Amino acid sequence: MKLVYFASVREAIGLSSEDRDIPCDARTIGDFVIWLRGQSQEHAVALDDLSRLRFALDQNMVTADALLGDGKELAIFPPVTGG
Amino acid sequence: MKKVRISNTPITTEAELSTLAGIGGGALSSFTGIVRDDGGVTAIELEHYPGMTEVCLSQLIEAATARWSLLGAVVTHRVGIVPVGDPVVVVGAASLHRAEALEATAFLIDRLKTDAPFWKREHYADGTAKWVEAKLSDDTRSERWA
Repeated sequence: MKLVYFASVREAIGLSSEDRDIPCDARTIGDFVIWLRGQSQEHAVALDDLSRLRFALDQNMVTADALLGDGKELAIFPPVTGG
Repeated sequence: MKKVRISNTPITTEAELSTLAGIGGGALSSFTGIVRDDGGVTAIELEHYPGMTEVCLSQLIEAATARWSLLGAVVTHRVGIVPVGDPVVVVGAASLHRAEALEATAFLIDRLKTDAPFWKREHYADGTAKWVEAKLSDDTRSERWA
């Protein structure tokens, strides 16, 4: 799956995007994010608090309990602050 | 007439609203967000999610036109570095009479704040920068349109 990061999450991880295989026991976005924390110190810090993260699966806003399904692109970012 | 525009160069309210102004309605309402000099802020930097942003803003306009009888609506948002005093966002709605345009304008900017994938970073005179935190009051304003 393609992962896309924005704003403070992008800075903390040090990447704007990366490709990762979904582990077979990850069903939801939350499962996948918890697994991602173990991939590096930077991921652990950036993804530490699920309640402060927002997600878009194939560019649709979803919550952490949403199923990954056949999604191609998962974006992870802090709450939006436009306008 | 429905238009969404993401601009990495300066925008003006007048130019963004010019088409709506000539559309023939009796009412044109708009909101312009301007970078504030908040405690030494010199500029803000805006990042967005290309692709999703345009779709999200178009969906907001569709929702507004489904809810109110509008002749047209526009949303223009800056990205990149925007200095204090410059517009960040222009939202406009045109209708036959004022009520629809006024309410649709408030709806569009309130929902944009909570739904559209933009992120702001404040730059200060001493060269430091800080990501802006989302505000609970914005969620409250957005939810009143549910």
